Amino acid sequence: MRIIEKRQLMSADEIRRTLERLAHEIVEKTGGAKDLALIGVRRRGIPLSERLARTIRTSSKAEVPVGTLDITLYRDDLSTVAPQPVVQSSEISFAVDDRDLLLVDDVLYTGRTVRAAMNGLFDLGRPRRIRLCVLIDRGHRELPIEASFIGRAVETTDTEIIEVRLAEIDHEERVMLMDRVD
Amino acid sequence: MSHRFHHLLAIEPLNREQITFLLDQAKPFQEFQRHPLKKLATLRGKTVALAFFENSTRTRISFGTAASRLGADIMNLQADSSSLKKGESLIDTIRTLEAMKPDAFVMRHSSSGAAELVSRRVGIPVINAGDGTHEHPTQALLDALTIRDRLGKLDGCNITIIGDILHSRVARSNIHLLSKFGANITLCGPAMWVPRELECLAPKIRRVMRLEEALEGAAVVMALRIQQERLYEPALAADEYILTYQLTPARLKLARPDAIVLHPGPMIRGLEIDPAVADSAQSYVLEQVTNGLAVRMAILFELIAGSADMQEGAKDSHVAH
Repeated sequence: MRIIEKRQLMSADEIRRTLERLAHEIVEKTGGAKDLALIGVRRRGIPLSERLARTIRTSSKAEVPVGTLDITLYRDDLSTVAPQPVVQSSEISFAVDDRDLLLVDDVLYTGRTVRAAMNGLFDLGRPRRIRLCVLIDRGHRELPIEASFIGRAVETTDTEIIEVRLAEIDHEERVMLMDRVD
Repeated sequence: MSHRFHHLLAIEPLNREQITFLLDQAKPFQEFQRHPLKKLATLRGKTVALAFFENSTRTRISFGTAASRLGADIMNLQADSSSLKKGESLIDTIRTLEAMKPDAFVMRHSSSGAAELVSRRVGIPVINAGDGTHEHPTQALLDALTIRDRLGKLDGCNITIIGDILHSRVARSNIHLLSKFGANITLCGPAMWVPRELECLAPKIRRVMRLEEALEGAAVVMALRIQQERLYEPALAADEYILTYQLTPARLKLARPDAIVLHPGPMIRGLEIDPAVADSAQSYVLEQVTNGLAVRMAILFELIAGSADMQEGAKDSHVAH
């Protein structure tokens, strides 16, 4: 099986503009970002949450702390998909109790990552609200989970893969649609 | 990629990268100990068999707590209640336990090599929780984690280990581990407990008979537990040991001012360690205990969640969203 690139879904410029729009939507729908805190899901949710927080801070003048969450220990598929699971640190330096949390991830697919992330957050306390922001929603949900803020919704087939590449991690900036071929 | 670990039997055969990997894997579990809700479902449905053929309280509780915080269930075999007393062989006992389908063995035994022997006869991961005078790998890992956190690194650190080195599996595992990082290891104790042969364990080991001299320049001072049954006249009276080898505040001053004090426990105050040292700000004994949980959670996770029957194949194996 090979993985080939089918087409580019977003350029660097489109990613930048999408994140800006998302940040403004978040501020608008949050009504005062006083208790708002962003949680980036490892790995690519982390740079996305930091970028969003910068824009939100400028427009709302709120502090908007950012934390990171590693969901390895909360996955329900350790026995099937992760032959070599590696646990990373979660860094959440603020109390989540009564916080207005926004989970940030690059792609929303089955919903299982979000389920795992929420379990991880509940272990830290009782947030007042948890919402979800993703850069790409590619469908194929296996759980009743939907994002509150979506950068772009993309129709995909089962075999396709969305690859989000971000400067902080991948040293390039674009979103691609890949496919597995035999 | 091949599997990283099948068992954890000893520190000696591991390399630096494997040790560093295990210490790094313990970091998230260190944070976890501070969570208000200390329960994961990660190993739900898995069972850890604690097979302690030699009495142990703290190590058994630590492994048991680590397993249950990961969501696993525990099977408990204790030395006192063991059918070994009725004459059953080690292998028969282990195979009986294995027939109850645990997912890992944590084993302590008074014979060196017992854990390795068992690992060749069972199909699940075996963790050595101490075998005779051979090794106690998780203790060395938790010690290394404590040292690395305080000193910033393990490379080239000066450590002085005091006491009955000869009979100590804790000392042996620590010597193997730290020497892989180029540590300068000073062994100190009564001559009969610090024989010349120990210098062959690893490079950069020196034996120093006077404690005052052994402590000079030490960044880490580890006092070992002294088994009272080994102190008897005329070989060595307890009073004599206290006089010559007890870690006192005055002696600790000879080490580096920021030196940390470690002890694998259980600690006998007034014998190998002065209570004033045990309770001082330089003592990291309780941090060792907490780090023990983190290290054991990391090991159980690594061996059970990363073990042999795990395979790729689910829908989102390439990118999990």
